[in-house]
Amino acid sequence: MSVHAEVDRVNQAASTPSIRWDPKISARRTVGRIWQGLFFGATAMAIVLLGMLLWSIIQPGWSWLSWHLITDMPSRNAENAGFNSAIWGSIWIVIGSAIFSFFVGVGTAIYLEEYAPRNRYTRFLQTNISNLAGVPSVVYGLLGLVFFVQWLNLGRSISAGALTMGLLILPVIVISSQEAIRSVPLGLRQAAYGVGATRWQTVRSHVLPSAMPGILTGMILSMSRAIGETAPLIVVGASSLVLSNPSGPLSSYTAMPVQIFNWSSRPQREFEHLAAAAIIVLLIILLSMNALAILLRQKLTNKDRM
Amino acid sequence: MADAAFGAGSVPGDPRPPMDLSGKRNRAVSEHMIKWVLTACAIFTLLTTVGIIVILVYESLEFFGEVPVRDFLFGNEWTALFPAQASFGVLPLVRGTVIIAFISACVSIPLGLAGAIYLSEYAGDRSRSILKPTLEILAGIPTIVYGFFALKFITPNLIQPILDVGVFNGLAAGIAVGIMTLPLVASLSEDALRAVPMSLREAAYGLGGTKFETAVRVVLPAAISGVIASFILAISRAIGETMIVALAAGSRPAGQGTAGDWNPTESMQTMTGFIAQAFSGDVSRGTPQFYSLFGVGLLLFLMTLGMNILSHSIARRFREEYQ
Repeated sequence: MSVHAEVDRVNQAASTPSIRWDPKISARRTVGRIWQGLFFGATAMAIVLLGMLLWSIIQPGWSWLSWHLITDMPSRNAENAGFNSAIWGSIWIVIGSAIFSFFVGVGTAIYLEEYAPRNRYTRFLQTNISNLAGVPSVVYGLLGLVFFVQWLNLGRSISAGALTMGLLILPVIVISSQEAIRSVPLGLRQAAYGVGATRWQTVRSHVLPSAMPGILTGMILSMSRAIGETAPLIVVGASSLVLSNPSGPLSSYTAMPVQIFNWSSRPQREFEHLAAAAIIVLLIILLSMNALAILLRQKLTNKDRM
Repeated sequence: MADAAFGAGSVPGDPRPPMDLSGKRNRAVSEHMIKWVLTACAIFTLLTTVGIIVILVYESLEFFGEVPVRDFLFGNEWTALFPAQASFGVLPLVRGTVIIAFISACVSIPLGLAGAIYLSEYAGDRSRSILKPTLEILAGIPTIVYGFFALKFITPNLIQPILDVGVFNGLAAGIAVGIMTLPLVASLSEDALRAVPMSLREAAYGLGGTKFETAVRVVLPAAISGVIASFILAISRAIGETMIVALAAGSRPAGQGTAGDWNPTESMQTMTGFIAQAFSGDVSRGTPQFYSLFGVGLLLFLMTLGMNILSHSIARRFREEYQ
């Protein structure tokens, strides 16, 4: 009924000479062009913002960049202050957290992709992991403070920091490893099963090797996240004035972003320059890690094709 | 190996013992062990969540033993770090968090959405190859660097020439948080827009729609749940952001003592900012100050968890539509 009514209405409208169909196409095109300009402007804004961000760091920091910044220890005197203990602290934290979370993370990803039955428990595990990825980093700090620092009695040591950071990057590693494993063609698994391989043999000798570039890329990206994270380390007790490099898993430590936080929050002009120079070092390290991830992915992918 | 698989020991005179193809004993045992190890890994991730909840609840029970929940949630004065006259009403911290999240959304949502529409509907290969890496670099910059940017650049160079603000203000912090969450909105919204089937666009062009009308009145409504999910996720990320607000927003809770002060140019402390400030000073274990950190942490965790779950459920509804 309603269709007929509609047709009648349209016919009436068409036969009424006073209603003229006017597409106003040129006006609509103009509106479209204006909006296109706005969309482009907003997107180009990202480039402008990135440029301002880099400028605000390079301008005060460049002239303060020197070798002694990398080789010297922190000091209360901005001219002599260096970054050495913070760089080593960050290296320890990143390697420790990567070792801790690599096996658990990849193991979880293998379980979810290759072993887990498709039921609501698995879905719950999956939802849980994506929620963990959204938990604020400072909350991981509170977890590490109570669990590692107090209950496991690790104190304000570098291992407490590394384990906390490991928990923080774990969901990122699980999700990126899952994507890498999922992209391995099903035919590879079927071929392995076809010649009598068990499930683990299939995973170990076929799925994992071809998923490895993706897994390692995700690994490096999560390590660069760990280098930049500050809040959880402040909560689990990274100090800001540490005059020696970490010597063992229980030594006290500082880390690059913690040092930058400390220097940035001082009102003196010199420390602003120092913080900017330190940020340049941090960004260079991050940039080279990302470049490494890209190179690694390309190299391993090429070898795979041969 | 291939030779062995096809009947080793079955050829007369072959010295090799017959291959065990039963696949029962050892293989089955190690297979089972591996499966259990992998399951244990997966359960470990679950235990992380349980650990977060148990620890936050356990430690804040200590806090709520001294400060009633009602005083905490609805109290309008937060002076936790003055032990002599400590008062634990969390509203000023929540207000600071809401103001900064709102300012950040005013930056990240329009710019991110416009960027997503441009990248998905307009951009050619060349502009894509510049714009995408730019957004990825913005997404990879540590938050402490955004904090420095807010404190040493946005406040003195962009805001102070126009407005009369102090060194620490919520506006600069909010803008920096917005820039930080912009790539998240742009990339998730772009994914949602790209997932809209091409046939919808073709139908719109066929009916005489211009490019803009197609993008905004056909493609965007079709992708709206994915787009809104990205907005919610960005706001949740803004609520949980710590270092930018710890550096640039100051340490005085918003509108301290006077109800309803929503002025963004004031110095303001957020929930995360309070936690960072307490730990960069000295807070002794066992004091109400120490336990109050977990009360604030629990509230923060519940707020972000709620928003993340909401975002995921909205996004999932969208995925079901087109598959």
